[in-house]
Amino acid sequence: MKFDTPAGQNPIDRLTVVGKPTDRIDGKFKTTGTAAYAYERHDVVPNQAYGYALGAGIAKGRVRRIDTEAAKRAPGVLAIVTTLDTPKLGLGKMNVASLFGGDQVQHYHQAIAVVVAETFEQARAASFLVSVDYAPEAGKFDLAAEAKAAKPVEGSSGEGSGGGAEDRHGDFEGAFAEAPVTLDQTYTTPDESHAMMEPHATIAAWDGDRLTLWTSNQMIAWTHESIAKILGIPKENVRIDSPYIGGGFGGKLFVRSDAVLAALGAKAAGRPVKLALTRPLVINNTTHRPATIQNIRIGATRDGHITAIAHVSTSGNLQDGKPETAVDQTKLLYAGANRLTAMRLAHLDLPEGNSMRAPGEAPGLMALELAMDEMAETLGLDPVEFRIRNDTQVDPGKPERPFSHRDFVGCLKRGAEAFGWDKRNPKPGQVRDGQWRVGLGMAAGFRNNLLMKSGARVRLDRTGTVTVETDMTDVGTGSYTIIAQTAAEMMGVPLDRVVVRLGDSAYPVSAGSGGQFGANNATSGVYAACVKLREGVAQRLGINSADAVFEDGQVRSGNRAVPLGEAASAGELSAEDSIEYGDLSKKQQQSTFAGHFVEVGVDVDTAEVRVRRMLAVCAAGRILNPKSARSQVIGGMTMGVGAALMEELAVDAKRGFFANHDLAGYEVPVHADIPHQEVIFLDEVDPQSSPMKAKGVGELGICGVGAAVANAIYNATGVRVRDYPITLDKLLARMPDAA
Amino acid sequence: MRSFTYERPSTPAEAAAAVAAKPNAKFIAGGTNLLDLMKLQIETPAHLVDVNGLNLDTVEPTPEGGLRIGALVRNTDLAADARVRRDYGVLSRALLAGASGQLRNKATTAGNLLQRTRCPYFYDTAQACNKRQPGSGCPALDGVSRQLAVIGGSDACIATHPGDMAVAMRVLDATVETVDAAGAARKIPVAEFHRLPGDTPEADTTLRPGELITAVTLPKPVAGTHIYRKVRDRASYAYALVSVAAILGKDGRGHVAFGGVAPRPWRVEAAEADLPKGAKAVTDRVFAGAKPTEDNAYKLKLAERTLTAALTQARA
Repeated sequence: MKFDTPAGQNPIDRLTVVGKPTDRIDGKFKTTGTAAYAYERHDVVPNQAYGYALGAGIAKGRVRRIDTEAAKRAPGVLAIVTTLDTPKLGLGKMNVASLFGGDQVQHYHQAIAVVVAETFEQARAASFLVSVDYAPEAGKFDLAAEAKAAKPVEGSSGEGSGGGAEDRHGDFEGAFAEAPVTLDQTYTTPDESHAMMEPHATIAAWDGDRLTLWTSNQMIAWTHESIAKILGIPKENVRIDSPYIGGGFGGKLFVRSDAVLAALGAKAAGRPVKLALTRPLVINNTTHRPATIQNIRIGATRDGHITAIAHVSTSGNLQDGKPETAVDQTKLLYAGANRLTAMRLAHLDLPEGNSMRAPGEAPGLMALELAMDEMAETLGLDPVEFRIRNDTQVDPGKPERPFSHRDFVGCLKRGAEAFGWDKRNPKPGQVRDGQWRVGLGMAAGFRNNLLMKSGARVRLDRTGTVTVETDMTDVGTGSYTIIAQTAAEMMGVPLDRVVVRLGDSAYPVSAGSGGQFGANNATSGVYAACVKLREGVAQRLGINSADAVFEDGQVRSGNRAVPLGEAASAGELSAEDSIEYGDLSKKQQQSTFAGHFVEVGVDVDTAEVRVRRMLAVCAAGRILNPKSARSQVIGGMTMGVGAALMEELAVDAKRGFFANHDLAGYEVPVHADIPHQEVIFLDEVDPQSSPMKAKGVGELGICGVGAAVANAIYNATGVRVRDYPITLDKLLARMPDAA
Repeated sequence: MRSFTYERPSTPAEAAAAVAAKPNAKFIAGGTNLLDLMKLQIETPAHLVDVNGLNLDTVEPTPEGGLRIGALVRNTDLAADARVRRDYGVLSRALLAGASGQLRNKATTAGNLLQRTRCPYFYDTAQACNKRQPGSGCPALDGVSRQLAVIGGSDACIATHPGDMAVAMRVLDATVETVDAAGAARKIPVAEFHRLPGDTPEADTTLRPGELITAVTLPKPVAGTHIYRKVRDRASYAYALVSVAAILGKDGRGHVAFGGVAPRPWRVEAAEADLPKGAKAVTDRVFAGAKPTEDNAYKLKLAERTLTAALTQARA
């Protein structure tokens, strides 16, 4: 189905199932432990052995020799494959560092061997007997030190944001020089880990030259193609199955070493092999959100209209790595005729930087929205009012291009009212509640809506059960449920007559999960397949499909009403289709918007920060399932609090690795850190986006939160910290006296 | 984890003898730290002597008016003990500030004293660490040290004792009771229990090989407000950046020990006379000679301000 004109009235608009706050249909499996994650697929293939991955103990250099003799003799060991036994393997989609093979070490904990044994404990114990001789080389590990040598670079996050090395509109320098009120500040964000609960894990089994991977992956089609390329086998010989995923956040968009090592280990051992990365390897072997140094300059008139805005971001990565696209939102969020955005990339030999939840916008807004708060204060304007004054209904760089639907101002006004923003004391450091200094902060949330081709197959059997099959994944987001809701709405059946099967490369290729593009595109693909199935049903029943009403498990046309299942009485009906998009998103800019509001308390003595209240108001098109959408947004808000207050991969700049590589060292918020979170969805639809009239929402929840927390801390204390995370050591020295 | 042999003796002396008899033997109680370290091969005992059956799990009053806490009393039970809550509030609060409910259910009084540092280099076996592998070096000195010691460390090691309970025990002047392989008992003031690293950071404590902790005794209660203030980067389930265990009167007089700053709970009794003058007077003396790194110099200010908070609380 080609979607190239705005959606008109369609069966989804009935909203009998779609749009309802629906419990997730896979919830009972997860809460009863019957949703088997990759490492728990004990029943898919017999005789599974255990693999244990070894990471390099240096950050850069060469592996000279690996002695496996003692390990091979250890109890239970079946096989050991080393990187020296293996030619350098090809890269999969979005891979930067080599996953295995050859003698080069590009980063710490890059995989250098896999030990396969009868039990996990035997494999792990034997791995300690492998001795490795390295020829280390000096590397570059310090972003601040290398930033001077950073080069202009274009790049895309692969999940929506991106742009040229330098994008200009108007005359930034001239307008900035002339502006009566200006800001020129630099902000930094640290390296961060996805810290998903489920580590990367795979069970691999060979049947002759055919390989099956039961794994944990967000993008089945990418992985399907990539693993074939990496291992040099035909794609037809590979099957990927990933029905349940314990979180990904961009860390599982692509093939990682767990899949490669399990496959190589299984081949060497002649047995199926299961392998999960340890947490240190999740952190240093896989990918992370790279640190940024961001310079922002804003020029405005005295009444607070932006005339010039520039955002330059520097990040680091391995050779051939991409930049963090932190400047992207600055192209679109605020008005202003003179604009400059630029990205620079420094070569670093740290582990690979890559996508993490809202790559680009998440760190970009941490800087931009902190700068906007500073600018509002300089102008003597309320931060909400300053943003409203600079709203734009068109792409400010291409004014002929309007937004498809933009109610950013609605988010801000609704949020300010619901949060009691008018009670905020604009003068910082004034409000006390016992031992706490109390402050309120806000920030804009912004994330683009992405359109990606997405397919599905829908089958109808004689009982009237509708089965949806698509390689779409559910990373904990609720894909199963919204897909079931879509099929139920389209076919006019209750939710419990729909079966959803996901994550298998045998199914039609979907958009997958990433860049908050999953929900809208995957359900639109299901919509397309259902339109085709409805035609098939009408044809079987001898009804004109234009007249057919699918409702209450029946197909009605005029006076005739037939149970839906009857259409399949002579055999199952099946339909497959994809949604494909025309150029609507080129003619009009499709984005999602939020207003984030936060209240914090900062301890008068110790400067410990505790978030007391949070609110997000989101404008993201039709909300397909307000319950799972809310879960996505509050998850994003939680991650945003982590980014603001504690999350930081601590770089050992001498040895070149992230030293705090476990969940005791890399702290993410615990329940006690997160207060009541309120989410309001503005009631809107965007017919430019898809037949579902929905947009992405899963990443909007994190975009802007960090800055809202930072701005609240400033309001509480009068201490401005521009270096995330805002840990107490950065506040202490400048905290006002407790008295 | 390496293979190991295992036994369950029935008396403390037998247990001590069992560990003394075999090279590379260790006691195991709750196992909340040791098992993790064994999985990572940071600890590689060849023989484990399980002391859980030794009936050292009661809290009894002492003739001196204090309490004798069996080595195997679980953290959860000790924190909830009515006498501890009434008379030694600082201890109960310190225990509840540590770890998680699940870990406290397993962790024992003796084991808590023996928990090892959380220095990231101690935990990464690809890195040098003088505590894990004597003589290999200390990357923390010029590496990531935000959590590590500002005082009491050496050129060989700046690891901290990560615990909370021991800090309260220190301000309470607790005594560690042990028995050795020959059945001889010994009393070690908790002040002398944890070692400073010097040139031999591999030894965390002054226990001798095979010496088994049987109890920790508390002297009779000290009046005052019992405070345990733990400061960390998140609200729960994190190690202290700085903690303060204090027993303070309304006039500010009392006792104070600091956690998260040194290889052992850090207390300078002589400085306590200055408590009525305010926090800075005390911390200036307590931390005299501190050698912080660039990463952890904030702890000095934080210690002062955390003590200020405790003094404010005591006066309220």
